[in-house]
Amino acid sequence: MTNLTTKLALATLIGAGLVVGGTVEAAPKKGGILNYVVGSKIPSYDGHKETTFGMIHPIRPYYSTLIRVNPDNPASPTDFVCDVCVGDVPKGEEGGTKFTFKIRKDVEFHDGTPMTAQDVKATMDKIIFPPKGIPSARKAFFKAVASITAPDDETVIFKLAFPTGTFIPALALPFNFIYSKKDLDTHGYTWHQKNVNGTGAFKFVQHQKGSFVEGVRNASYHHKGKPYLDGIKAISAPKLAVRVQAIRGDRASIEFRGFPPKHRDDLVKALGNKITVQESDWNCVLMFAPNHKVKPFDDPRVRRALTYAVDRHGGSKYLSRIAIVKTVGGIVFPNHPFAANEAELSKLAGYSKDIGASRAEAKKLLAAAGVPNLKFVLNNRGVDQPYKVVGTWLIDQWKKVGMKVTQRVQPSPPFYATLRKKKDFDVSIDFNCQSVINPIADITKFLTTAGNNYSAGGDAKADAIYEKLLRSADPKEQRAMIRQYEKRVIDDAMVAAITLWWYKINPHRSYVKGWKIAPSHYLNQHLDNIWLDK
Amino acid sequence: MATASEIQVDDDFAELAEKKAWHQVAIDLVRKQPLAAGGFAIVVMMVLMAIFAEFLTFFPPEDNDLEHMLEAPNDVYILGADQFGRDLLTRIVFGARTALFVGFTCAIVGATCGMVLGVASAYFGGTFDLIVQRLVDVIMAFPLIILALAVVATLGPGTVNVIIAITIPFIPQCARVVRSNALAIREIPYVDAARALGFSDARIILRHMAPNVMAPFLIMLTSFLGQAILLEASLSYLGMGVQEPTPAWGLMLQGGAEEFAESAPWVAIWPGVAISLAVFGFNLFGDGVRDTLDPKLRSR
Repeated sequence: MTNLTTKLALATLIGAGLVVGGTVEAAPKKGGILNYVVGSKIPSYDGHKETTFGMIHPIRPYYSTLIRVNPDNPASPTDFVCDVCVGDVPKGEEGGTKFTFKIRKDVEFHDGTPMTAQDVKATMDKIIFPPKGIPSARKAFFKAVASITAPDDETVIFKLAFPTGTFIPALALPFNFIYSKKDLDTHGYTWHQKNVNGTGAFKFVQHQKGSFVEGVRNASYHHKGKPYLDGIKAISAPKLAVRVQAIRGDRASIEFRGFPPKHRDDLVKALGNKITVQESDWNCVLMFAPNHKVKPFDDPRVRRALTYAVDRHGGSKYLSRIAIVKTVGGIVFPNHPFAANEAELSKLAGYSKDIGASRAEAKKLLAAAGVPNLKFVLNNRGVDQPYKVVGTWLIDQWKKVGMKVTQRVQPSPPFYATLRKKKDFDVSIDFNCQSVINPIADITKFLTTAGNNYSAGGDAKADAIYEKLLRSADPKEQRAMIRQYEKRVIDDAMVAAITLWWYKINPHRSYVKGWKIAPSHYLNQHLDNIWLDK
Repeated sequence: MATASEIQVDDDFAELAEKKAWHQVAIDLVRKQPLAAGGFAIVVMMVLMAIFAEFLTFFPPEDNDLEHMLEAPNDVYILGADQFGRDLLTRIVFGARTALFVGFTCAIVGATCGMVLGVASAYFGGTFDLIVQRLVDVIMAFPLIILALAVVATLGPGTVNVIIAITIPFIPQCARVVRSNALAIREIPYVDAARALGFSDARIILRHMAPNVMAPFLIMLTSFLGQAILLEASLSYLGMGVQEPTPAWGLMLQGGAEEFAESAPWVAIWPGVAISLAVFGFNLFGDGVRDTLDPKLRSR
């Protein structure tokens, strides 16, 4: 336990991100408009429904959450602070099955309505127990929650069916926007998809579709003295080159998702100390999912051949120079104590450093399955970084064991439709991007019933291991069970495969202060701590 | 005693009867149409590159060689290597195959369909002509690239869909031009004669009228070739055309130009040069064909 705690602290330090050219910050200055570029479109404004940074980056600043990752220490997987609650984040009572939150009295919605515990309860009810037909992307994260009550306007009580370490990190997810109960009751549960009324640091002004989202300072923001900025403008720029040039030409100050290494180098070369670069490991992993309902991918031997063929170590060495991927890892965020170490990884299919032996095994499996010259189509997302780069690399990796693969690249909406509804693919690029590092929740993607398991299959043994894992309170035991689960889902049953973990590089104008890189592009996007040193 | 005019006629026949050597024909062409000859040379070079790609290159066009990623031009990688370590020269040579395949397919199908539609529209006239021409107006109201983008956005990316997307806007363009020629042909008595002999409409259109609109058809066809190559490159550049790892010039630009324009400019320069040269070549050649086949221009 002590060893794990030490590792956890160490992980915090390692994950804290390397700040190149960082300086000791002076007292924040007030004023100014932060222009930032966003590389994806806004599907809707509803945080409870959406999963993309395309929504989080422009919309998160208009909302608050019950608790949040400490903005001054966003790399830590355990450092959470209250946002609309009072004091410290509560510890579990009654053996970790009861959490009581005291709600601030000074929080106000942008329409002037005071925020109370009833709003928090209504919001969390929508997320955890949504009515039929109302989408909630993170409902599975709160599997342990049995009930939510608000006995008065300042108290919210969560009761869990069993103690679990996943609850508090799940509460801190940046998607858990607090909505007004009045709005939910009056306008219904889909109103927030097209309307904004939050309690965040900025008030929503306008959204010019395909162009920008604009907000102004919320003078009655509950974190007194903040925000420092007068306003924000999220500029839509789907093309990477446009985003880079926007920062280079000072049309925008920052891009929060991340740039490839070449663009970092170009910006630093061109602008010198006018650019500050923050870097961090990223709680985001690029995967590929075979469609278990399509022959021959219903055969685990074929699925395992797919993963055996991929040289992750070689890929890491070279792709990290041209793409936002870098780290070789298993199913858990590589810097976390629950993550597999090198020795453990090397025992998994496709992780050996002897790629020749792995590829020989892949060929053997394909021959045994009767498809030595397998042909299939790789479904991919029309986003360069890292999807198309890694997709092209994967096709070459598979070619080396005799597979003939063509690529079907689709823009994001049809890509998602293929994964979620149509299911008309052989193998698809997939990803698991999470915000708060919460391994036990993050790995639910591989469960048979998980909404984001796009492989149309699963593994009963892995599901059973996960049920035990969810109820375990001992970190040592949890770690051991994660190893068993990992072996099932990316090796024995090969539900879906991990390729490489992402690496986050955020070059920004040096006058942007107060923002700290997090291991996720979803985190630290409330923007109340940013100021401009101009 | 022969008159002056008889002597002239005999000379003309003699000249016609004289069979010129191929190199003499080529020299004459270069002398009379130097730009068209230059364009023709580029087209021939492209065709040869496309046909003999395997023999002209030393690397597999799709295989990654990450150890040589972004290698600058040198003895081995004459034009340099791209971000996956693939030889740029190889990919440009094989890219000619993609460009010509898409270019010729779109141009031939688009121009042929347009010709049939244009001749039929002129031949039938009346309501049919009215409806067809209004449809042509509607389609031609959209810029070529916008229409192609709309079609490929509906059908999805991929080589076949790109061909469909580029071909559709070509059809009305050719139909409009051919119709104006066919309207004049319709009034010539042999068409009435064919009708009086009881020939079917299809036979009259395809056997008797279509051959007489070959001049505008060929001019449109050659101009479509360059446009189709440019459109394919544009769609691929926008990520809506041919997909990796297929070698295609627009795709090479898309993959390299944005990201490596500063640190490895050769990744962007060579595909750009290839696209420009090909379009330039086809346009010059097309202009030459037009100058040769158009009596008004020929007399200048």
